[in-house]
Amino acid sequence: MLARIETTPAEAGEVQSKLNDIFGLIERLRAVDTTGIEPMSHAGDLALRLREDVVTETDRRAQYQAVAPKVEAGLYLVPKVIE
Amino acid sequence: MSWEIVIGLETHTQLSTQSKIFSGASTAFGAEPNVQASAVDIALPGVLPVANRAAVERAIRFGLAVGATIHRRSVFARKNYFYPDLPKGYQISQFEIPVVQGGTITIATKDGEKTVRLTRAHLEEDAGKSLHEGAGELGQGMSGIDLNRAGTPLLEIVSEPDMCSSEEAVAYARALHSLVRWIGICDGNMQEGSFRCDANVSVRRPGAPLGTRREIKNLNSFRFLQQAIDYEAQWQIETLEDGGRIQQATVLFDADTGRTRAMRSKEDAHDYRYFPDPDLLPLEVSESWIERVKSEMTELPAAKRERYQGDYGLSAYDAAQLTQSRETAAFFEDMVQRLGADAAKQCANWVTVELAGALNRDGLDIAQTPVSSALLAALVSRVRDNTLSGKMAKDVFDALWKGEGGSEGAVDAIIASRGMKQISDTGELEGIVESVIVANPKSVEEFRAGKEKALNALVGQAMKATKGKGNPAVLNEIFRKKLGA
Amino acid sequence: MIQASLKELADALASKRISSAELTKLFLSRIESLNPSLNAFITFDADRSLALARAADERLARGEAGPLTGIPVAHKDIFCTRGWLTSCGSKMLSNFISPYDAHVIERFNEAGAVMLGKTNMDEFAMGSSNESSWYGPVKNPWDTAKVPGGSSGGSACAIAARLAPAATGTDTGGSIRQPAALSGISGIKPTYGRVSRYGMIAYASSLDQGGPMAKSAEDLAILLSAMAGFDTRDSTSSERASEDYAKDLDAAWTAGAASGKPLAGLRIGIPKEHFGAGLSGDTASAVRAALAEFEKIGATLVDISLPNSGLSVPAYYVIAPAEASSNLSRYDGVRYGYRAPEYDDLQDMYCKTRAQGFGAEVKRRILIGAYVLSHGYYDAYYLQAQRVRRLIAQDFEQAFKVCDLIMGPTSPTVAFDIGAKTSDPAKMYLNDIYTVPANLAGLPALSIPCGFDSGLPVGLHAVGNYFAEGGMLRAAHHYQRATDWHRRAPAGMGT
Repeated sequence: MLARIETTPAEAGEVQSKLNDIFGLIERLRAVDTTGIEPMSHAGDLALRLREDVVTETDRRAQYQAVAPKVEAGLYLVPKVIE
Repeated sequence: MSWEIVIGLETHTQLSTQSKIFSGASTAFGAEPNVQASAVDIALPGVLPVANRAAVERAIRFGLAVGATIHRRSVFARKNYFYPDLPKGYQISQFEIPVVQGGTITIATKDGEKTVRLTRAHLEEDAGKSLHEGAGELGQGMSGIDLNRAGTPLLEIVSEPDMCSSEEAVAYARALHSLVRWIGICDGNMQEGSFRCDANVSVRRPGAPLGTRREIKNLNSFRFLQQAIDYEAQWQIETLEDGGRIQQATVLFDADTGRTRAMRSKEDAHDYRYFPDPDLLPLEVSESWIERVKSEMTELPAAKRERYQGDYGLSAYDAAQLTQSRETAAFFEDMVQRLGADAAKQCANWVTVELAGALNRDGLDIAQTPVSSALLAALVSRVRDNTLSGKMAKDVFDALWKGEGGSEGAVDAIIASRGMKQISDTGELEGIVESVIVANPKSVEEFRAGKEKALNALVGQAMKATKGKGNPAVLNEIFRKKLGA
Repeated sequence: MIQASLKELADALASKRISSAELTKLFLSRIESLNPSLNAFITFDADRSLALARAADERLARGEAGPLTGIPVAHKDIFCTRGWLTSCGSKMLSNFISPYDAHVIERFNEAGAVMLGKTNMDEFAMGSSNESSWYGPVKNPWDTAKVPGGSSGGSACAIAARLAPAATGTDTGGSIRQPAALSGISGIKPTYGRVSRYGMIAYASSLDQGGPMAKSAEDLAILLSAMAGFDTRDSTSSERASEDYAKDLDAAWTAGAASGKPLAGLRIGIPKEHFGAGLSGDTASAVRAALAEFEKIGATLVDISLPNSGLSVPAYYVIAPAEASSNLSRYDGVRYGYRAPEYDDLQDMYCKTRAQGFGAEVKRRILIGAYVLSHGYYDAYYLQAQRVRRLIAQDFEQAFKVCDLIMGPTSPTVAFDIGAKTSDPAKMYLNDIYTVPANLAGLPALSIPCGFDSGLPVGLHAVGNYFAEGGMLRAAHHYQRATDWHRRAPAGMGT
């Protein structure tokens, strides 16, 4: 499943009924006439600010990996990746 | 009944920036695992992307180089999928509106030049690397994730399915490879993965609609590109001829077996749930920015090729050879600058034949040549003033190549030290000619009888007598005069 | 001391009537005694807070104090705080000791404020009642059977119960204003981009905005002046110069206004849509009384309409989950946070880690988000919601042609019973009906106490135009000078 969340059959039914209620709520959107209206994906209509190409970061691997579930030789360990 | 092969390429070129596309971490290759993975690159909670101007500027440069449309406003979108080398669970890319749209690349094929259309070129971030078990001290059934590469800027260049053979695909990839290096947006290092191709391959009967395509991922050498396409196309044809059907799939090429096999890790790749990244406002590229980039761009290979053919009368082949790389063109142009346009053809020959041959033989790049453009120009000038015959010049070149001398005076020094001066003085040569005539009555007879070939034999004898120093052209004349022809 | 305003506390510290260490001890002791029943804090650490307090005392001694030096501040557990647990109210981050500070935290550190602890919140800020926290629900100090509102419920509770003089919160659909209203305190959500989101754990990136929560508009002004400002690490951060919002709070709305009428010239728009069905009667009358008070001090009321505001909740519950479903994909058990103890393979590790690490409401919103973004539904739901979002923003654009502020209730009802709405998320979502529009438009909005309904606090909601925080706080401050609702404190909290 796209969200990568395991749901037991037991949960599934309950989840489904609540999702249905919520979709009932958002169904109302589909009735609205929005022809000619630009979608608004940001809170303001500003343009992107760009960074200069400068290396500002230093090695903080030790601090970052201190909170990692499983590391070895500086690598994050996961179950075998199958390509 | 025959089959048509249809090929489109998606090329990931790593842009040659100092820092990553959305973080201030270094993009240098080969560091210890994860030491160049910043908070943004490992997607710590709360971190945010900030876009790198230099990456955008390189995309603009590419757009201008291929005559594409550069969108004044493009949008960064999130491509959502789960993979351990993708720390955020989405890749920041461009979807509906890429920064570069359209454009073309011209390639040389067996039946002349061909134009390959580009669909688009968009900016995105590279993923990290998964090292599989066996690598290092990794335990059984484990993979290790190195995120140093995560966030390296990529320009994904997508072509239309305009190629119909692996040769054309390779020609296109090579042309693109030399272009991105020419305009300085990518180092082109294929071993390090700076330039990687995905090939979309399908086959069909002539005139039939496009067949189902399979995408071969991550081909990082021209040879693999060719092998993979050849194998894949053959496999598809055989499958279809055996009455089978082709299913759309992403496949990997195994360099050891030379075969392709479907990837197992992309089941739900069909739905990436793209949407505009709310952390990144729309990317705006101003007219003035584009103008500035345009003004800073060096002459492109195509323009140079035309100029070389037009101004110097070079063949299309020579022009193409000389524009393989910026360095080669610069080398050639420096020689012409020293010797004048009428020496261009000769300069071209020396660069494409002698110099290229020697470089090739010693596996050197033109940047490493022991014979500078100044030295080679000095040598060619001695050929032009008849000091050296072609044969002598090649010997001098070899001496220069071996490092004799080095200064611009080296050419004349070598000529002097080896007493290589060509003899063009008529007085000096007439005596020799007369003795050769006396010694070779048979050839003389034949020549008088109208057998042109015989003259060559006589000139050859004279050359031998002068130990190769005689100017063949001058000798030729004297013989004709003496033999009253 | 626990009732004192930030200004009074700063004076007390400056005049050595109390030290930062003593002040910090005072609040820590209240936390120790009251938190077990209120559950407002997820983390507090007396030793570390006192160390910060002593450092602040030295700074005070050197005479290098600012308005917040030595003042204890509680931070919502959504702000990354270096070396402190930063859980975001989730089991997923229940072991995450942040290796870095959020921009907001840096600002408070520079100001010399003392971190008092990390406050409880709805998991990943998804909730309106603070019941979705993995650390358990927060109680409303006015009635511990009631919710304090959410998602910044811990911060609201801490201020109301006087466990902290000031706190931070975040607001994606009302998460500062609604708990402020239900807990009887003041809170402001600034203009989108005014406060950097760097280090503020993302829920819905195009809506999230951090802001202060406190006892009064005056306190909010002091706190916001410290929090707000440009940050290069947030591409959506505004480059506008930061302001001192506390500077002319006392000034009249327009110069030369008659005394007693400081807000003369202020036009307050009253949207009829915010006084319709679903609004509790006593809440409505409390709000109307407050509006009358504003008139009394010079403001004029204008009837306006926000025709599309009824669509704001549906639009919000498409856009926010869509962004959240993507923002929360990074919690995969690979680089930090919770990882399921047992799994068969990589895919199984993802699924189990996320199934075990996320709570029901978070899972729900991730599923909604994945759905509305998926192939075939994107246009009908996500794009349509974004178009409606623009309609809602345009409603405000029209309204601000005829008024300076838009006022109404913050929440349709006062605090409800814990557990009352958990079984009906759709109903729960309607709590946000008055607060969500400001997030969709990116406008600043605040909530201040304006009375009571069945013994529980009622909040007055005010929306201003972009970057109008200064004027909004000034208007609220004049109201609070004329009234004392903001001084009321819940009984039985040793207050």
